Amino acid sequence: MTTQTAEPVATRVAVPATSKAASDRIRSWGVMAARILLCGVFGLPLVFMMVSSFKPDQQIFGDLGSVNAFLPVGDISLDNYLGVFDRVPFAQFILNSVMVSVLTVILGILVNSMAAFALSRIEFRGQKVILSVILATLIVPFETLALPLLWWCNQLPYFDGSIGWLDTYAVQIVPFVANAFSLYLFYQYFDSIPRELDEAARVDGAGWFRIYRSVIMPLSGPAIATVAILTFLPAWNSYLWPLMVVQTESLRPAMVGIDYFKQMATSWGQIMAYASMITIPVLAVFIAFQRSFINSIASSGVKG
Amino acid sequence: MIPFKKIAVGLLATALTLSLGACSKGGSTSTAAAGSPADVSLWTHNAGNKAELGAIQTIVDDYNASQTKYKVNLQAFPQDSYNQSVVAAAAAKKLPCVLDIDQPNVSNWAWAGYLAPLTGMDDLLGKYMPSTVAKWNGKTYAYGYYDVALTWVARKSVLTKYGIRIPTIDAPWTAAEFADVAKKLKAGGEWTNPIDMMTGGSGEWWPYGYSPQLQSFGGDLINRTDYKTADGALNGDKAVAWAKWFAGLVNDGYMAKKSGADPQADFLNGKSALLWTGSWAGTPVRAKLADDAVFLPPIDFGNGPKVGGGSWTWGASTNCANAQGAQDYLKFAAGDKYVTKVAKDTTNIPATDAAAAAIPGYEAGGINDIFRQYSKKFTVLRPETPGYSYIATEFAKAAQDILNGAEPKATLDTAVKNIDANQAANNYFQ
Repeated sequence: MTTQTAEPVATRVAVPATSKAASDRIRSWGVMAARILLCGVFGLPLVFMMVSSFKPDQQIFGDLGSVNAFLPVGDISLDNYLGVFDRVPFAQFILNSVMVSVLTVILGILVNSMAAFALSRIEFRGQKVILSVILATLIVPFETLALPLLWWCNQLPYFDGSIGWLDTYAVQIVPFVANAFSLYLFYQYFDSIPRELDEAARVDGAGWFRIYRSVIMPLSGPAIATVAILTFLPAWNSYLWPLMVVQTESLRPAMVGIDYFKQMATSWGQIMAYASMITIPVLAVFIAFQRSFINSIASSGVKG
Repeated sequence: MIPFKKIAVGLLATALTLSLGACSKGGSTSTAAAGSPADVSLWTHNAGNKAELGAIQTIVDDYNASQTKYKVNLQAFPQDSYNQSVVAAAAAKKLPCVLDIDQPNVSNWAWAGYLAPLTGMDDLLGKYMPSTVAKWNGKTYAYGYYDVALTWVARKSVLTKYGIRIPTIDAPWTAAEFADVAKKLKAGGEWTNPIDMMTGGSGEWWPYGYSPQLQSFGGDLINRTDYKTADGALNGDKAVAWAKWFAGLVNDGYMAKKSGADPQADFLNGKSALLWTGSWAGTPVRAKLADDAVFLPPIDFGNGPKVGGGSWTWGASTNCANAQGAQDYLKFAAGDKYVTKVAKDTTNIPATDAAAAAIPGYEAGGINDIFRQYSKKFTVLRPETPGYSYIATEFAKAAQDILNGAEPKATLDTAVKNIDANQAANNYFQ
């Protein structure tokens, strides 16, 4: 009996020592392989875009069947980039996109955080109903709102006394400042901040705005960063709305500019060059905010 | 660490500065000061197309310099999204005075009340090729400086190598001959799919590119006697024969179900032997292949060879404060001088004989004259009914389904049912 029980015990102790290390190694290789695969899936289109931006159209298609599609080989030049500057007012488009996106982000952070603060901290009748109604708007796709929104924007009095907001920067910004998703992110984050801090501030004589400004917002860095990114990306990528409301070339954002290259004979090299140039600001914003973005997602449980 | 207060102040300052700029309005809505010329806004689909935009700008500049009553202001939009911009502007009642319109859309936009008929231009437009003048309900709504024509592009050396007869405008390939051509090219083994009909294209390409074969078989997109039904035209025996032929090209391996993103580049790179494209390919293909390039007429499937007709045209909107200025500009811009200018700069088929004679290559016997002959001899306009855009969508969907293996007769029956329902639902666009 003793022998019978001792043997399995010895085996149980000896085998895991080597197999655990081996399985750990296999697992780490597996994780590494999965990461490399994911990097490839997400990174290769970007590599293709960047590399193709230096190639003439015929070579882009000629290289498609081989690994050369991802390598800067063959007839490499800056011709496509020169072509872009020759074809579209690139600096103007980028400036417009930066202005529209940055203003939408800044105003969005202010408006949505204030609304979220009120819903999270100030008790009033119908608070939950208002929050529910705001959240319900999340299920309505923008495409269904586009035409009614266009109608409204065309009826509103403008700052200069004329009627209608069409063909302005403002019409590209204002309709997207109040955002239910951003508001909910702030609301969720503010709810996680202990209310004792508000009470302490109140004891010191702070009012609601002081609490918002000096207590809540300084503690909400990750939420602000997340809202900034989630507001910046759609504002930067905005395409349908500017098509509908902007007629003057000098007010057009960068994303609409990509259509300039889709003619009877599409200039794929120039499209790649243009796409590369308008992707850089987005990557820069993401890299600048990525730590806060990840922290916020981890802490709030929000899945993008 | 930067204090929150500084960040907040910085953000607010940025917002305030940018907001000041954000309140300015675009030029299209500006109003003219008293005594200055009346504003005539003009929209074109040519943003990014330097050749055509330059030509249109020349006409606008010439017009503005020729008189002091009106001032035409040009706004260019990218072609790919132009229609959405126009429809949105129409919804907001902010259409420009003058605009260019893809010809198949003219009847719909006229019916919808976007376009005003052109007046007093009958003599001028009588010199234009019929396919460049857009009419609906007996009225002329738009005219174009040029047209384009469909053509098969091939290498002369390849056709000679495979013992294939080079067809001419008077003796195009017949259906049987084309079947033999496809068989020979496929048997050569040089190409996986020797024929490329640009099946990776989207939108308007489908009815424009493939309804001519349907019409050559004897079918059509709709019955053109009263434009009330597609029954018999799009699902009759002849239409079904077309559908079977079209699907057969894929089933027999002659053509890809979906061609590459740039079929012209594929052809020039030797990935296909026969390319179904348009006269716009003339210049780039000749640049690469020189005399080896041949531009062949469409196939005669029994009812004569056919090509699509109608390209970009110019008209006036109903939403113009200076409607007389719009009509005045359009008259000024319809002269042969400007037909020549635009057709030459865009290398398209000029709308008038005088312009053709003045453009090198389009003169009788010139290298591009063949396209003009195809256009004059084989053009069938896409149906001039406000329901065309729906017909086009249904036809494109049916053709794509058929290429993907759907049963031809049933698929065409469904398309007919939908088209007829749409025509009826709109009271036949009366």
